[in-house]
Amino acid sequence: MPTVEFEGNTFNVDEDGFIDDFNNWNKSWVQYVKGTEGIEELTDEHWKVINVLQDYYQKNGIAPMVRILSKVTGYKLKYIYELFPSGPGKGACKMAGLPKPTGCV
Amino acid sequence: MADVPKPKELVKIRHSPPFLTGWMNTPTEIKQGIACYAGKPKNLEYVGLPNPREWSPFDADWKLPPNWKKIILDGLRERLEKFRSLKIFMDICVRCGACADKCHFFIGGGDPKNMPVLRAELLRSVYRKEYTTAGKIMGAFAGARELTEDVLKEWWSYFFQCTECRRCSVFCPYGIDTAEITIIGRELLNLIGLNTDWISAPVANCYRTGNHLGIQPHAYKDMIDFFLDDIEDITGIRLEPSFNRKGAEILFITPSGDVFADPGTYTCMGYLMLFHYLESMGLDITWSTYASEGGNFGYFTSHEMAKRLNAKMYAEAKRLGVRWILGGECGHMWRVVNQYMDTFNGPADFLEEPVSPITGTKFENAKSTKMVHIIEFTADLIKNNKLKLDPSRNDNLKITFHDSCNPARGMGLLDEPRYVIQNTCKYFYEMPENTIREQTFCCGSGAGLNAGEDMELRMRGGMPRANAVKYVHEKYDVNMLATICAIDRAVLPDLMKYWVPEVDVTGVHELVANALILEGEKKRTTDLRGEPLPGMEDMDEEEGAEQTEGAEA
Repeated sequence: MPTVEFEGNTFNVDEDGFIDDFNNWNKSWVQYVKGTEGIEELTDEHWKVINVLQDYYQKNGIAPMVRILSKVTGYKLKYIYELFPSGPGKGACKMAGLPKPTGCV
Repeated sequence: MADVPKPKELVKIRHSPPFLTGWMNTPTEIKQGIACYAGKPKNLEYVGLPNPREWSPFDADWKLPPNWKKIILDGLRERLEKFRSLKIFMDICVRCGACADKCHFFIGGGDPKNMPVLRAELLRSVYRKEYTTAGKIMGAFAGARELTEDVLKEWWSYFFQCTECRRCSVFCPYGIDTAEITIIGRELLNLIGLNTDWISAPVANCYRTGNHLGIQPHAYKDMIDFFLDDIEDITGIRLEPSFNRKGAEILFITPSGDVFADPGTYTCMGYLMLFHYLESMGLDITWSTYASEGGNFGYFTSHEMAKRLNAKMYAEAKRLGVRWILGGECGHMWRVVNQYMDTFNGPADFLEEPVSPITGTKFENAKSTKMVHIIEFTADLIKNNKLKLDPSRNDNLKITFHDSCNPARGMGLLDEPRYVIQNTCKYFYEMPENTIREQTFCCGSGAGLNAGEDMELRMRGGMPRANAVKYVHEKYDVNMLATICAIDRAVLPDLMKYWVPEVDVTGVHELVANALILEGEKKRTTDLRGEPLPGMEDMDEEEGAEQTEGAEA
């Protein structure tokens, strides 16, 4: 499994650059993904999305569906794409340390 | 993840074979954008699949067990004895080529090894070498070849470039089912740990939680509750579905994509609203947070894994004491149910022959499995005039219907979905006849190929389907592609965005629920997606339900 070194941390990542385990997430990871995602500045709105994703994941063991994320944050999907150019799954979930959803999705 | 070429680049397809080298001597290249990632060891371990390890198909060393060749050849011998169909399919092909240009991957990609005849030949050549006298003596002259590591890699590459859609078998004069050859090929590869992440992760999830996504019971209910909030906003009615309720007459099982990924979530709201409508007419139905998956990615691994994951359907039906099972809009689920479930995990003699509690119709075709597809159930309701419908609510939609491969070719559900659409929508247009019904073109992403990393393969394989959609879009201004499969709902939005961006995707029960007039509902101003109904476009957006758009990224 490839690894990423950043700010003195080592992260194990999968082929698409998601960290292998939510428990290995820390704020330094967010800074790292910010760079790879091409996000200029992290705002409170980015953090709101990350926090909602992590809360939901800790409660449910899965990322929320996009419609729930949208409703709870109050951000329309289009706006989430403005915040995270790769979208809620490949951008926001990656930053929050959540795994990719699989199956008929 | 590889960048996908732009459509203009992608349509430059060469269909000519490599004359100079011949297929046996043309080496296989495992390409980014075409191949999927390898299965993760933790997921293989979870279900006890062999040879769990970190590996990558893009590396030279696939970390095979030392005795891999023996395992594969023993596995092939065992399956030739067990499945008469395989033995026949190995022996009878005369290489007439009728199937050659029928595969969507060959049409959209031009790789000769994606001609069904040649895909089968990859396995058949080894069969000849090992199990036929001519092959043993004459070798390559009799189309036989040794099983080498390169051959094995070729198998992996091409058996995971087939969606098991069976369009080729419709045209085969012998009726050879190339999907079954792919199924056996994948099963053999799994004996030595050669699989894909997009299949083995859902398999492990499904074994653990009952569904591919790994949704636990409380989360499942939470998701349905979310839909109930939205339905209440739209209709003013609070629905009260039940979960895991013992003594219900019917158990409802649908793919988990329907409770998670757009636009399947709107189809799911459609089921909920239909069930509510029928409650006062005598429908007694329960959802299950355990049998929370209709689909079966085990079927893309091996027969044995398909059987293990399928077992929960009857187990839950028995535990709850229901009379029969109603199934949601899903594709490959129905091939497993229709063709295998009875012998996998039946006979379901504790269930009764399904009878619609609303119309009294006996579903004779479900006599052995005791499981009915919701599209038949709903078509029967409409036929018997049991639903109050206002199709004008769908007047903004010009619809075409994509026959999902498995319900169409696997169980003949051809007219029911069309009947339901035509009774709930005014504008319906068929795609050209050689692209629909039995001859339907696959979405290009079925059988577990709906990952993110093989997007070029998916856009190529989906090109013939998209092309037919483009035709009706240009001719009739079609703007909505309806379908009755969860993989379709997940993958066709990407395909449309790529080839025909003006067309969106919907499940059929979303259309039903838009048109359905619920007793005591408020005047609806939006459809299930929160978009204004025809004639309501000028109303303040905020008055409608929360609006979101697009599919899961």
